[in-house]
Amino acid sequence: MKKILFIALPVMALFAGCKKESEFLDIPPIQVLPSDVTFSDPALVLAVAGDLYNRQLDFSGLDNGWSSFTDFSESFPSENGSYFYVNRTGWDYSQWGVNWSDAYHYIRDLNLFIQRDSASKELTADDKKRFLAEGRFLRANFYFEMAKRMGGVPLILTPLDYDFKGDPSYLQSARAKESDIYDFVISEAEAIKNDLPADVNEKSRATKGAALAMEARAALYAGSIAKYGANTPAVSLPGGEVGIPSSKAADYYQKALKAAQSLINGEAGAYKLYQVLPNLADNFTAIFLDKSSVNQESIFIEDFKVNGGKTHAFTTNDQPYSFSDEGGDAGRLNPSLNFVEAFEKLDNTYAPLPTVDGAGNPIYYDTLQKIFAGRDARLEGTVIIPGSKFKGNTVDIWAGYVLADGSIFTSDNATNQKPLPGTTTPIQVVGNDGPIGGLELRTQSGFYIRKWLDPQVGSGRRGRGSDVAFIRYRFAEVLLNAAEAAFELGDMNTAALYMNQVRARAGLTIPLTTGEITFDRIVHERRVELAFEGHQLYDMKRWRLATAVWDGTPTSKADLLSNIGSATKKSTQPWGLWPYKYYNPGSPNNGKWLYKEVLPSPVTGVNRFQLGNYYSFIGDDVRSANPKIVRQPNQ
Amino acid sequence: MKSLSYSLLAGVMLTAFACKKDNYAPPSSSLTGTLLYKGDTVGVEYNQVPYQLYQFGFGKTGSIDGTFAPDGNMSQLLFNGNYKFIIPNGQGPFMWPQTPAGAPDSLSITMNGSQHINIEVTPFYMIRNAKITNSGGTLTANFKAEQIITDANAKGIERVVLFVDKTQFASNANPLASASINGGDITDPNNITITLAAPNVAPQKYVFARIAVKIQGVEDLLYGSVQQIPL
Repeated sequence: MKKILFIALPVMALFAGCKKESEFLDIPPIQVLPSDVTFSDPALVLAVAGDLYNRQLDFSGLDNGWSSFTDFSESFPSENGSYFYVNRTGWDYSQWGVNWSDAYHYIRDLNLFIQRDSASKELTADDKKRFLAEGRFLRANFYFEMAKRMGGVPLILTPLDYDFKGDPSYLQSARAKESDIYDFVISEAEAIKNDLPADVNEKSRATKGAALAMEARAALYAGSIAKYGANTPAVSLPGGEVGIPSSKAADYYQKALKAAQSLINGEAGAYKLYQVLPNLADNFTAIFLDKSSVNQESIFIEDFKVNGGKTHAFTTNDQPYSFSDEGGDAGRLNPSLNFVEAFEKLDNTYAPLPTVDGAGNPIYYDTLQKIFAGRDARLEGTVIIPGSKFKGNTVDIWAGYVLADGSIFTSDNATNQKPLPGTTTPIQVVGNDGPIGGLELRTQSGFYIRKWLDPQVGSGRRGRGSDVAFIRYRFAEVLLNAAEAAFELGDMNTAALYMNQVRARAGLTIPLTTGEITFDRIVHERRVELAFEGHQLYDMKRWRLATAVWDGTPTSKADLLSNIGSATKKSTQPWGLWPYKYYNPGSPNNGKWLYKEVLPSPVTGVNRFQLGNYYSFIGDDVRSANPKIVRQPNQ
Repeated sequence: MKSLSYSLLAGVMLTAFACKKDNYAPPSSSLTGTLLYKGDTVGVEYNQVPYQLYQFGFGKTGSIDGTFAPDGNMSQLLFNGNYKFIIPNGQGPFMWPQTPAGAPDSLSITMNGSQHINIEVTPFYMIRNAKITNSGGTLTANFKAEQIITDANAKGIERVVLFVDKTQFASNANPLASASINGGDITDPNNITITLAAPNVAPQKYVFARIAVKIQGVEDLLYGSVQQIPL
């Protein structure tokens, strides 16, 4: 028996060892999926695509942190570590750029995805087509994001591989023209739109609607850079890497209008404005909270899921102070008075919030909210105003008492109670939710953000987080894109038609006549409708208004209250509006409210946008590695 | 005990063999320069007009950046070697020579010890005969805006401004007070007068004032010299 074993073992060893030497170490890995295996199963491809979706770039993003929504004097950052936003006197040229190496790493992964999906033999034709279109959509959308920041960038459409022969210069590509990037985005959208599902309920994956929305926005951006770039001839490069000839403007505007109209006319599914709740302000807020199939306004979103591993801290960081689920983690993003004043009255006129009468005496209001009455419903849909409710309770915003002699009686914290003059019982003399000058995590502008703020129980806890989705493209923006394109093409009827739909939803039921559609109106409408959605900077850049609006001189109170609704209105410092309670027992106005415009004390700097800020700096390391990349203008 | 002696030994060795020889000496050659137009200084705003120095021959193309002081001076500590100096396109209230391809032309500088260079530029305008006076709390500035570039590159005046500040950084960046006249309202460029009520700076007994010209389509303002005005 033993003998047989002795003979058998060497024989077995002989057979087992009989592998070609070159294949000896050729063992299929068990912890990595090779690409041919991955691209044989739609579930695995979707997992790869999921990673690619996650790596898309947003300017303001719920997972980019609350501070990606601040700046530009549209809001005040109430956090000690973030006062630099309002202390600085301008932006560095490298501001708003991207990490070049991460960006091209992502583009390489997208190119590989497209290449491997095209090469796959096991996937069904339908799956293959849809994944391919998704990869191309993500790539086009990403190039669009790059162009918004830096103008023309090298357009790399195949995965590049180094041959290890010592000379990598064949991998160096020059920057494409700015118009080439926009042309690429537009042509890709046209090419893939019919390969993507026309499904209103598909929101976190690319759809035909998303492709058309991207096309409309990109063409509109290109059109306005072509048209308004003529106002800033210095912002261009001789090779066209920055700047688009004005002769191309009309063509781009036509493409924008066409793409937007095919979406509006239902070619991509029955998208429509969200009009569900009877209260128009609540309805506006709900656009950003409602993820059910009722919401046919959102087109392409970045979704989040509580207990699903993907949540964000926007609500934790920005909830009103006294509502905080985390004892003081709250109140950072405070919309500014500059922004609040922009909301129209219901008769389509602009007026500052009346705080004083003609003689300069304060106006006394019975309730806190009365001063905001009769305005665009989007105001209360976007901003938590003093005295309004969040999570069913009233937000306690007031800055103290004004006494009969006009002096202010307040304390440095709501918990520090004081007796009013002539009384002995200590009472609360300032709101629990602020404003107190220089006291962080409570409002210092008199307002809190409502857009994106999650009213779900527990959404303000750090551990749970919030799963409100970030809307990248929505129907109202498509309507405004169409309106702007039509306006630029001189078709005022179409412009008024689309713009009035968006306005009517906000309670502005008196339609604008064709004569009232002006450039200022277009600029204004986008500012109030699309606030805190990451549009402000790019809109100001493409209209070349940034140097006028952020001109580097302080915003005085007179500046703040005049020229409302003008496209070039200066907005270089975020102001606040602080409510005070009047204390004068002998007066009929005792206990009523009055308001003061206040520049929060940390605001010492100004927004100064220079010509060199229009296109973000491309790093010296990048240009050293690839000398074909030209420097941005005016830097 | 043993570990203590090892760490002592390591410490002694680190001290004994600390890098001394292989450290570079810091740059010691001072390059200073002044923006000039035919011997007259060209005033600019603090920290607004940049220049770039390139030291070539090392493979990398990154620049050494700096900005001009309000009086048009620059200074930079450098290693000895060959440099190229440029002012990037679109910077400064003047024209810097360009290559036919549109890139800024460069000035070659060989550093071998400290040196001073005159940086000749062609401003669009020059502020001449600037007089700023105070009479009874009203500041009056009188000057001539001489147009230097009159060919196809000529640019009009957008506005002329008088800046007043408590410090000598009187400029467009957050001045204490300013008054301006739009270009279209200037009747005689040879005799421009701006008046401004002097701001209250008590207990300080003086202010600094500076005249500036904003040229159409040029971001940086052209400045005259800073003047200290007793109140």
